[in-house]
Amino acid sequence: MARRDLEKVGRTPLLGLGGAGLRPNVYDFAIFILIAAAFVAMAYGAREISAPAARLTVAPVTLDPANLPGYALRTTLRMFAAIAASLVFTFVVATLAAKSRKAEMVIVPALDILQSVPVLGFLTFTVVFFLRLFPDSELGAECAAVFAIFTSQAWNMAFSFYQSLRTVPADLDEVSRHFQLSPWLKFWRLEAPFAAPGLIWNTMMSMSGGWFFVVASEAITVGDTTVKLPGIGSWLATAIDAKDINAVVLAVATMAVVILAYDQLLFRPIVAWADKFRFEQTAAQQRPRSWVYELWRRGQVVRRITVVTGWIGRGVSHLPLPLTRPPRRAVRAEPKPGSDLLWRLLILAVTAYALWRIVRFTEASLGWGDLFTALEMGLLTLARVVVLIALASAIWVPIGVWIGLRPWAATRVQPLAQFLAAFPANVLFPMAVVLIVSLHLDPNIWLSPLMVLGTQWYILFNVIAGASAFPTDLREASTLFRLRTWQWWRKVIVPGILPYYVTGALTASGGSWNASIVAEVASWGNTKLQAAGLGSYIADATEAADYPRVVLGIVVMSVMVVACNRLVWRPLYRLAERRFRLA
Amino acid sequence: METATAAKTAPSAVAAPLVAVDHVRQRYSKGSGDDLLVLDDVSLSLRSNEIVSLLGRSGCGKSSLLRIIAGLMPASEGRVTIGGRPVDGPAEEVAMVFQTFALFPWLTVLENVEIGLEAQKVPPAERQKRALAAIDLIGLDGYESAYPKELSGGMRQRVGLARALVVHPKLLLMDEPFSALDVLTAETLRTDLLDLWSEGRMPISSILLVTHNIEEAVLMSDRILVFSSNPGRLRAEIPVKLPMPRNRLDPAFRQMVDDIYALMTARPTGKQAQGVFPGTGIAMELPRVSPNLLAGLLETVAGEPFNGHADMPALAGPLQMEIDDLFPVAEALQLLRFAEVAEGDIRLTDAGRRFVQLDPDDRKRLFAQHLQTCVPLAQHIRRVLDERGSHAAPASRFRDELEDHMSEQYAENTLRAVTSWARYGEIFAYDEDTGVFSLDNPS
Repeated sequence: MARRDLEKVGRTPLLGLGGAGLRPNVYDFAIFILIAAAFVAMAYGAREISAPAARLTVAPVTLDPANLPGYALRTTLRMFAAIAASLVFTFVVATLAAKSRKAEMVIVPALDILQSVPVLGFLTFTVVFFLRLFPDSELGAECAAVFAIFTSQAWNMAFSFYQSLRTVPADLDEVSRHFQLSPWLKFWRLEAPFAAPGLIWNTMMSMSGGWFFVVASEAITVGDTTVKLPGIGSWLATAIDAKDINAVVLAVATMAVVILAYDQLLFRPIVAWADKFRFEQTAAQQRPRSWVYELWRRGQVVRRITVVTGWIGRGVSHLPLPLTRPPRRAVRAEPKPGSDLLWRLLILAVTAYALWRIVRFTEASLGWGDLFTALEMGLLTLARVVVLIALASAIWVPIGVWIGLRPWAATRVQPLAQFLAAFPANVLFPMAVVLIVSLHLDPNIWLSPLMVLGTQWYILFNVIAGASAFPTDLREASTLFRLRTWQWWRKVIVPGILPYYVTGALTASGGSWNASIVAEVASWGNTKLQAAGLGSYIADATEAADYPRVVLGIVVMSVMVVACNRLVWRPLYRLAERRFRLA
Repeated sequence: METATAAKTAPSAVAAPLVAVDHVRQRYSKGSGDDLLVLDDVSLSLRSNEIVSLLGRSGCGKSSLLRIIAGLMPASEGRVTIGGRPVDGPAEEVAMVFQTFALFPWLTVLENVEIGLEAQKVPPAERQKRALAAIDLIGLDGYESAYPKELSGGMRQRVGLARALVVHPKLLLMDEPFSALDVLTAETLRTDLLDLWSEGRMPISSILLVTHNIEEAVLMSDRILVFSSNPGRLRAEIPVKLPMPRNRLDPAFRQMVDDIYALMTARPTGKQAQGVFPGTGIAMELPRVSPNLLAGLLETVAGEPFNGHADMPALAGPLQMEIDDLFPVAEALQLLRFAEVAEGDIRLTDAGRRFVQLDPDDRKRLFAQHLQTCVPLAQHIRRVLDERGSHAAPASRFRDELEDHMSEQYAENTLRAVTSWARYGEIFAYDEDTGVFSLDNPS
């Protein structure tokens, strides 16, 4: 029988692991230089402002528990503003990349690199930029905070959406062309539903990561300017300054309530709803469940909304726009080598100019010595990340496997692990700092665990997912052959969960690099703890408003993260996909 | 392409045919070298009130031709007209049924059927009325609100059929519509479709069916157009005049199936004896056929009731193999000189008969001998390995050589085929992790 297997499309991995080439090509370098030049330009612009931004007339944050719910709400609203911005960005930019080859050449490598850039590093520039954009108004600082969260989410989501658009099943694409669906109808009937599970999963993961950044970006000091936006992050910063441990505990509790509400009211219902878009022709045995979604589905609200959106959709599809007309007759677009060449030359020319500007900018203020310092610091942080990921793996892989192989445990622990991954670990930092200070521990060692405090959970819940998906027949076979423990780990379970583990470990290591900027420097009242590393290097430069060094730190960190991804994680992921994927 | 049937329907033949395909050629550009010719100078026409089958093996370009007619891709050369108008994009009077069903998994049966009408901006009330009528016609009433994943394969294809019929096409294109279904389901669906057709309950005037199943073509069509492969050419046109409904056990039916088998296994004139597969020397495209299948077919043909000489249709039936499964195996045996294939028959050579008698180790030895004499690529790889001091060579070296002559996909398949045969014959080994051929066999 010529039975063709229906393609199965799983969740697109985070951080564009499915990316095309292993070897960086000339465009990757070009795009990298362009991105670096953008930082330089921002730093340059920031330096241009002679006086520090006018002190804002923001209502000062007070440690009055009555204000805390309000602060929590403000923090949450910032999250939603950022996610809305990220979605708009995703739909526009990813669609552009998928439809235009020229845009694709620039956007895809750019997204790939931006995913690896430490978000917190360039908070400095964006704060200055937005303060300048909206002088004397809270709006500038709000925009900067929202933008910080945006940068932690948008690249990932856009990449996922782009990949989905590029992998729309050929037969469904043919059906759409065959029945002459207009671009509008095709987007809503084919592309958006097909991309939905991947995009929603990525959005929810990004949003979980976003809580960390919202806390970090609410209270920020650049040179003499200190901006404290009303929110949990600022409450926390104020509590640290005032050495008020009770306020810290309150912040932790509030955050837990917020995350729990987010998890139950948003994350789970949406993931449960998105399940129906999974591109599989067979019914899955285990479906994501959510009590909120069940309530919502039973009520009349959802039907009303469907009616209204359907009505709007029809209205739009009748508008006389090119978007709603059947596609043009011309069936195949012939690539024009001439215009492509011109485009490539343009990219390279802009890159050369950008490189020249970077050199000019850094010549004036930085020497080779600075580069070596930054690299040395980078290696220190790299060592921390490697050791911590190894430690976290040694602890969480066995535990995750144990849990994942026991369905009753997995169903209980998995939500907890996801909850912990979403919980912003920086809210817990002050407690750790109090411990280190009171026990007189070495900050170089004991500040390090903070980097994986929030990110280790990615390893745990991915390993649980992998072990839960491990086929029963293989387990039974290994039981029958009475494999010894060591043999069982080496030959059976580790290869079986490898693709999942790599996804988790990659997310965790990327997150840890980012966290280093807030984890390597910590304070409690007047006491300041510092661990030598690239994170503290960037944090110090930020505080001193030393923009060239901030840029240098970010660039070095980006290079290291990109290098880690390309040299370690991607090959490992490919190996795992090729050899160990149990379909 | 004029035949006896054309004479009978002379009055209507004066009018423009429903579909006219005129000297169509289709090429795909390869990375390097010559373009790959998929369809070579194909002309045919389709009249009203007939079911026509395009019959051919995989790689004969029949699906490409269907997509050209559907306006899903342009022909490199030549012209297609539907109702006298040239095709330059998806035409409204055409609807297609897909091999993979191609249903939107997130839409219900009703929504899937409505999609074509929605694109035509038919008002919702009418849309639903027509969709329900189509669902009813095809025997799916009661399933309107089901999602495709809740349905069996046969029901899914019924949805695909309803989706095509609801737009009231003149021409129904079917791309191997039954090949993803199990035998029983496929047969039921074929019968139902023929019933609807003969009762005139479908709003269509013609059906063009692409298939690689000879019996299916004989069962369903008024005319069969047989295609040869590499490149796809129209090889024969066979009118089927058996009365409907047709009976597979009818001797006339069997005879026709036999004749088509013979036609499809006959060596095209002008080809060298070696050329069962396209390409010559090391550049011959090899099919991926497992050595187990080769041995299995040899044993079957050698055993009762065939005793070394089998009629291919008689062999295909009980083995439940379609021509795309059976022919490559038979031809691989021919290439290795274990069998001769001609006129729809397969006959074992002396070596083939001897192979069956041997024990496993001797079989491997005999296979290795034949592999090295009959398959130039195997010989070539072995020689390179012998000459090198390290007795190892990367597969990429041979892949590059093959890609000078064939597409990337074919090169990959050919290399995999020769690797699998060489492993069985133990003439060289291949390490998947490093991608290196070598002479060391772990023993």
